[in-house]
Order: sequence, then structure tokens, then C-alpha cells
Amino acid sequence: MAKTVGTSVKRVEDPRFLRGQGTYTANLQLPGMTHLAVKRSPHAHAIIKRIDATRALALPGVLGVFTGKDLIEGGCGTLPVGWSVPNQKTPDRHALTPDRVRHVGDGVAAVVAESSYIARDALDLIEVEYETLPLVTDARKAAEPGAPLVHPAIANNISYEWELGDKQACADGLAEAHIVVEQELINTRLVPNAIEPRACVAQWNAPDDQMTIWTTSQNPHPIRVLLSAFTLKIPEHKLRVIAPDVGGGFGSKIFHYPEEVIVPWVSRKINRPVKWVCTRSEAFITDSHGRDHVTVAKMGFKRDGTITGLQVTTWANQGAYLSTFASLIPTILYLGCISGMYKVKGIFGHVFGTLTNTVPVDAVRGAGRPEAAYLVERMIDIGARRLKKDPWEVRHKNFIPASEFPYQTPVAFNYDSGDYHAICDKVATLADLKGMRERQSEARKAGRLVGIGFSTAIEISGYGPSKVVTSIGSALGMWESAALRVYPTGKVTLFTGSHSHGQGHETTFAQIAADELGIAVSDIEVVHGDTGRVQQGVGTFGSRSGTVGGTAVVKAAAKVREKMRRIAAHQLEAAEEDVVFDQSNGTAYVKGSPDKAKTFFEMAFSTFTANQLPAGMEPGLEETAFFDPTGLTAPNSAHIAQVEVDPATGEVEIQRYVAVDDVGNIINPMIVEGQLLGGIVHGVGQALLECARYDSNGQLLSGSMMDYAMPRSNLMPMIEMGRTVTPAPSNPLGVKGAGEMGTIASTPAICNAVMDALQIDHLDMPLTPERIWQALQ
Amino acid sequence: MTHTISLTVNGKAHCSVVEPRLLLVHYLRDILGLTGTNIGCDTSQCGSCTVHMDGEAVKACTVLAVQADGASIKTIEGMAANGSLHPLQEAFREEHGLQCGYCTPGMIMAADALLRRNHKPSEAQIRQGLEGNMCRCTGYQNIVKAVQNAALKMA
Ligand code: FES
Ligand code: FES
Repeated sequence: MAKTVGTSVKRVEDPRFLRGQGTYTANLQLPGMTHLAVKRSPHAHAIIKRIDATRALALPGVLGVFTGKDLIEGGCGTLPVGWSVPNQKTPDRHALTPDRVRHVGDGVAAVVAESSYIARDALDLIEVEYETLPLVTDARKAAEPGAPLVHPAIANNISYEWELGDKQACADGLAEAHIVVEQELINTRLVPNAIEPRACVAQWNAPDDQMTIWTTSQNPHPIRVLLSAFTLKIPEHKLRVIAPDVGGGFGSKIFHYPEEVIVPWVSRKINRPVKWVCTRSEAFITDSHGRDHVTVAKMGFKRDGTITGLQVTTWANQGAYLSTFASLIPTILYLGCISGMYKVKGIFGHVFGTLTNTVPVDAVRGAGRPEAAYLVERMIDIGARRLKKDPWEVRHKNFIPASEFPYQTPVAFNYDSGDYHAICDKVATLADLKGMRERQSEARKAGRLVGIGFSTAIEISGYGPSKVVTSIGSALGMWESAALRVYPTGKVTLFTGSHSHGQGHETTFAQIAADELGIAVSDIEVVHGDTGRVQQGVGTFGSRSGTVGGTAVVKAAAKVREKMRRIAAHQLEAAEEDVVFDQSNGTAYVKGSPDKAKTFFEMAFSTFTANQLPAGMEPGLEETAFFDPTGLTAPNSAHIAQVEVDPATGEVEIQRYVAVDDVGNIINPMIVEGQLLGGIVHGVGQALLECARYDSNGQLLSGSMMDYAMPRSNLMPMIEMGRTVTPAPSNPLGVKGAGEMGTIASTPAICNAVMDALQIDHLDMPLTPERIWQALQ
Repeated sequence: MTHTISLTVNGKAHCSVVEPRLLLVHYLRDILGLTGTNIGCDTSQCGSCTVHMDGEAVKACTVLAVQADGASIKTIEGMAANGSLHPLQEAFREEHGLQCGYCTPGMIMAADALLRRNHKPSEAQIRQGLEGNMCRCTGYQNIVKAVQNAALKMA
């Protein structure tokens, strides 16, 4: 059996998607299904004076209308957070707000009806009287004295303040600098916009007191914990959460959302299955958003380009409530990464997590790390420009040398491995940077605005161990589990706590198990996303599935091999230590005698007949393993973009995009490259197009796909890809994680290229034709 | 008020009584149970719901079921002939033109209409032709390659 890890095995999951047989939550049809819709606030901040559902209830087909008070009286708890930093003030968040709305889209009532059309009709018949209140939407203005308070008990709207680094070292670093660059940067608010909108179906089974919930989640097991312990309060063993096929997540489907409470609660109340499917316009005002930072930064440089210090103050908009992992993102995942790929002694960061009358903000692809990369990479370019140095050389000068790994940054993380000079040289060669520069200077001589931009960025992923992660704020451990059930005929089901919503785990996890057991990929079925079938799990986020979930598979497989080896020893009448398991073909034999091997099938079958097992061995063959990572991995990348700006219109044309990424060893190159490509384009979207903008009334101006621009098929040229590999030392597969790297690196690469084309220090994103044209005037 | 409509979907005749406001995409998904056609937006932007109506690609969220009266509709479920994948479906798998799969049915229906108009589209023509279909996962690159691959297969 040839090794499959490292090869582009075609995806197992594709046929069902290609035939239109995906099992997305919204596709589910159950006998007696009812349909739920949520009445949402049109105001950013108001007191609810009165809710009158009389007319809605009179509409034929309407089965009930429920308010926040009904849910509270019916036993629902508030939505908890999964991350807390010291002194964090966490406002109460109800599934339906009982008294006061705090952002446009806040849910005030739910209606359930015989059809989705009737439910929507009924929404218009629910009368809500509001008394509007002053509001605030800007992260920094929210913290100013006298700003309207989103939650009266939280002074200055500051949910938390958090610092990282060495203040004195930073001051010393800046003092010794030849120049200090100071810049304000806005990292735009993003709407995640997975193409599948969120959805939830619940079915209450009264005779058994059992609740089944289908939800568009990246992590059904933690959702079950939260539902059981905090919000719905149905005992965990009576609660089954299924995340079937999920149409993309990008972070937005990690969180515990109000509808996951409302839908099952109503199902139990009316004793019928209930379905809720989010409309896209509703998604814009309810899915947790991303980014939204206002930052003031200082970076010091010596004459030769050496970075001496970095000081950062950021106001991170957290929205009206803290979404599940809200405070993780602007703290450890953002400030923790502001050292980038560089050796900088003096770093100090200070962040204010502020509450505003906007949609809650949480992780969106990259989560904190893109904000860090954008900040660092923009500052370096501004510094290089002031020093009249090539930004490429400034980066080179400051890289952490390969010989210093593992490298402890002065902020937080210990980078596991990497060779930053090598990755940069590789991308420069692939791009023919010298030739690119020559052609650029010719173009510039001809008056054309051609720009070249670089970014070198790290991601931190697969973080652990749980003991450390929980000590800095997590409410959950960061382990993962896998179970291998070997059937008597030698076929295998692999149960993983990771969840695939596009990543292709049904293929890659089967590859891992196939290689570990010496059997065919087609003999393994991967099961994920169902708390009723999968033992335990944490789920998929932070590019952790391969490193953590994949390693759990490796560990479970080792247990299977070990049991098989003992069985073979017994049957071959050999000492256990003399018998080897041959991973190339799934057999076990006495060292040196492969001709007398026990096959995988024979060993599996004997755990079923159970008549030739070593004394004391239990029959059956099913092994479970949990893996708690010992550290983290630091995928890294070097990207080069070439753009041309049309001076007449301000339009940006991306002419070339060259990316080299080091994501460690690779399980399936086709899948990894696919994730990197998708990530890159996602990040380019932020640089050029995407922006969630609020007006002074707290209305989301870019609140539909008509107004919120997203990357389309004509945005990019063919991206040129390369790779370097430094295997991750912290997991046996040597993998680092690939889901977010592209996004982290591409936003600054494009912005730097446009600034190079315009020959200016800085423009805030998105770099729309209008903004660029203005700058050119 | 209801209307009676007769239409064929993937070659099969259907006669249904529908509300005049019922969208074609809801008719296909909720009444006929053909859930392969997905819904990704409510402003006709994403193309997830693309189907063929009398051979033309249409966004089924923008067509009323009553407008499809008398029409011949083809959905993703009608693409694989006798169980074997259509060359476009094969090409999407070979080139890894899908990840979560949600945009895929619409993308394939749009690409099929494109290839019938233009047997040998250039990269630019493919990129322009698929502009009405959004994908958040793939960055489009492998979708473009899949369409190029399918064009060769279908030549
Ligand atoms: S569902 Fe988005 S265009 Fe039809
Ligand atoms: S494959 Fe997920 S949206 Fe296209």
C-alpha cells in the first residue's frame, strides 16, 4: 500500500456535492415541520415599550409568537462567552432581548408558522413600540467620556483592557531609533458571508425527553455543552447536536448564536419540528462580524532598517454583546502576533475592547492574526519608504534567523519552526523579483502606476496545551479526539471531533488513518459533526484540524496497531516484542518473517470471533485517543503582488500574485493549495472591496450582497504558488495548518502594492477606485 | 388565490397548484424536494440557485414558479446522465473546483450554459461568464481550471 499522505487523493465528499446531494441543514425536511422567523430591531439602540402580537397570532397558519420574556420565563439562560480576559465585563446577552435593543438586527420576538412564507408575513404583523436612545458605533468614540452607554453598568463601554509586552523595552527601543514612524490605521469591519446562510432545525421527542438539533456549526460538541449547561438547559445526554454538511464557516459558524436556543425551545413548546433559515440580509445583521480595529502605532528604525521597537494602541470594536470568542481575537491572537516574522526587542501593545451599537464582532478567517500582519507589514513599508530603502531588504534584515528556532517572541508565542530567509528567497525567485522591478521602473518611466507589494506573515495555529490556553482565558480545552472502529471484515469507521465545512476531512483524515493502518482510503469512512455518533470533540477553527484532530487519529491508530500486534504475537506463538506491525500493508509478523504474516482482516476478524485472543484481552476492536497539543505551530508565508492603478478611474488591476507558504508537511497538496488560494482571495477582498459601514443612526449601509462588495471570479489573475517546508516539531504529522494563512498574508501584500503604485505612505482599506482617485487628486 | 402550473423538471412532468408569489427556487426545493439547488442570498447576487429554464441559465430565486409554467427546467440533479457524472462535474472534482460544495450546483449550471454558448472560452471569458456566481471557499482559480478542463472534455 503506497503512502497516501503527501499525495493529492481526490476528495471522497465531492460526488455528493457535485450531484446536488449535500445534506445542508436547510435541506432537511421532517414530517410536521414548522417554520420560524425572527422579528428584529430596526433601531440601533432603543427601549422596547410594548410588543403586540395580536394581529400576527390571528393570521391563519401562525402557531405562536414568543418574546424574550417568554424565553426567560421558560427557563432559557443567557448566552455565555468562551473566553474571558482578566477583569472582563461581560454583558448579559439573551437569545431574544427582553427590554432593550442594542443593534440593528437584535432579536425581539420569534414567530412559528406552518410555512416559511406565513412566518415572514406574520413578522410584519407584530407591532413593537420603541423609545430610541442615543447610540455609538465607533470603537474609539465609544470609549470617550460621555459616549452613550450600550450597557449602563459598563463604564465607558470598555469591556476589557489588555496589555502585552514590555513597556520599558519598547520605550527604550523607540528612543534609540533613527526614525519613528507613527500611523493611524483602520482595519475594516468584515461580514463573513459564507455562501450558506446559517440555519437551525430542532426536533423534540417528547416520549424520550430527547432533543435533536441540526445547526450550521463548525463545532457541534462545544455547542451542546453551552446549550446544556447555560442556555437551553436540557441535560447533555438528552441533547444531540448535528452539524451536517456546512457550506463554509470562516469562523462565523464557531459561535453559539441566539437561534440555536430559540428554535429548540419553540420545538419543545409546540411539540413539533421547527426550522429556521437565515436570509442573507438577516445574516448581515446577525452573523458575528470580524476585524474592526482603530489603531495608533509607532515603529522605530535604525538607519540600516533594523526595527528597534513597536508600540501599539488599539480600540477593538466588540459590538453590542460579546460573541462567544470575542475577547480572544484582539488580545492574544492579535497582540500576541505583532512581532510578526521579525526580531524586535521592544514591543508593547495595549487594547481596549469596546462595546458599541453594532453587530457583535468575533473571529473571521485569520482572526486577530490578519490585523497583526496588516499592522506590522504596513508599518514596515512606511518605515522603508521614509528610509528610502527597499521594503524587501528591510524585511530581510529583521527576520528571525532559522538557527534561532524555536524562537520565543518578546510578546507571547514560541514559534516552533521556520526558515524565513529561505521562504523569502523562494518567492523572490518564483516571482523573478529582479525582473519585476526592472519592468516596474520602465512602466513608471512611461507614466504608469505599477506597484509591487510584499508581505511576510505568520499564523499561530493548533494552539495548546489546554492547561496554558485555559490559564489565559479559554473556557474550553484545545484537545481533539478520534476513534477508530474496526469491523470484523477489516473495514473502519473513523469518528473525529473535528468538523469539515469545506476542508475535506473525509478525505484527509482517511488518508492519515490509511497510512497509519496500512489499509486503503476506500476502506475507511470518516464520521464527523454529530454528537450522537462522535464520542467527544472540540471542533474546527484556528486551522487546528490537521495538527490536533489529525494527531488524535495517529494516536488512535497506534492503539489499534498495538492490539493487532499482540493478537498476531499470540496467534504466531511469538514473543510480543518480536512481532512488528507493517504499516505498508496492514500486516503483523515476526521480525524477518513477513511471509507468515497475519493480515489486517484476519486480526480484525479474530477480535470478533474472540476465540484466539491473548489471555485477558477484551474482544472487539475500537480505540479512542485524545490529543492535547504540547505547543503551537507557526505557519508562515511570503507573498508578492503586482498591481497597476488606472490614474483616470482609480481602479486597481492585480497583474500578478505570487505566494509561497510554509504550512509544514502536507497531507493532501491539492486540498492545501485550494485552502491557500481561497484564503488569499478572501484577504484580497478585504484590501480592495469589503467593508461593513454604519451610518450615524447605526444602520448598516453595506447590508446586503448588493451593497457589500465581495471577490468575484474576475478579481484575480491565476495565482502562482510555491512552498517551503519546515515540518512542525510539535506533532507527529509535522503539519502546521493552512486554512487561514492565505488571508493573513494577502491583505497587506495588496495594500503595500497599491501604496507602492501611488508612492504614498498610507490609505485605509478598502482601496476602492473612489478612495484612490481622491488620493491622486 | 392559487395557480395551476405544468412544467417539466429534469425531464419529468409536474403539475402543481402554487401561490402566485412562490419563488421557483422554493418550488423546486420545498415542493419537489430537489434540494440540490441552494439559496445563498435574497438580492439575486450569489448565483447559488442557478438552474436552466428552457436551456438558459436563470437565478431561480428571481423567477416565480408561475413564470415557469410550460417551461422545461433542469437542475443539478439532472446533470448526471444514467448515474455517471457530467464532464463538468468530473472536471470540478479533478481540478478541486469545490470545497464546501454550496456554490457548486449553481456554478456548474452557470458553467454549463457558458460552455454551450462558447465551446472554447478563454480564461478571461470564463472569469467574466461566472461573475454572477459567488464562491467564498475556492478563490475561483480551480473553478476556472475546471471549466477549462470540461471544455476540453466536451470538445
Ligand atoms: S440565491 Fe443568490 S442569486 Fe439566487
Ligand atoms: S465551494 Fe464553498 S462557496 Fe464555493
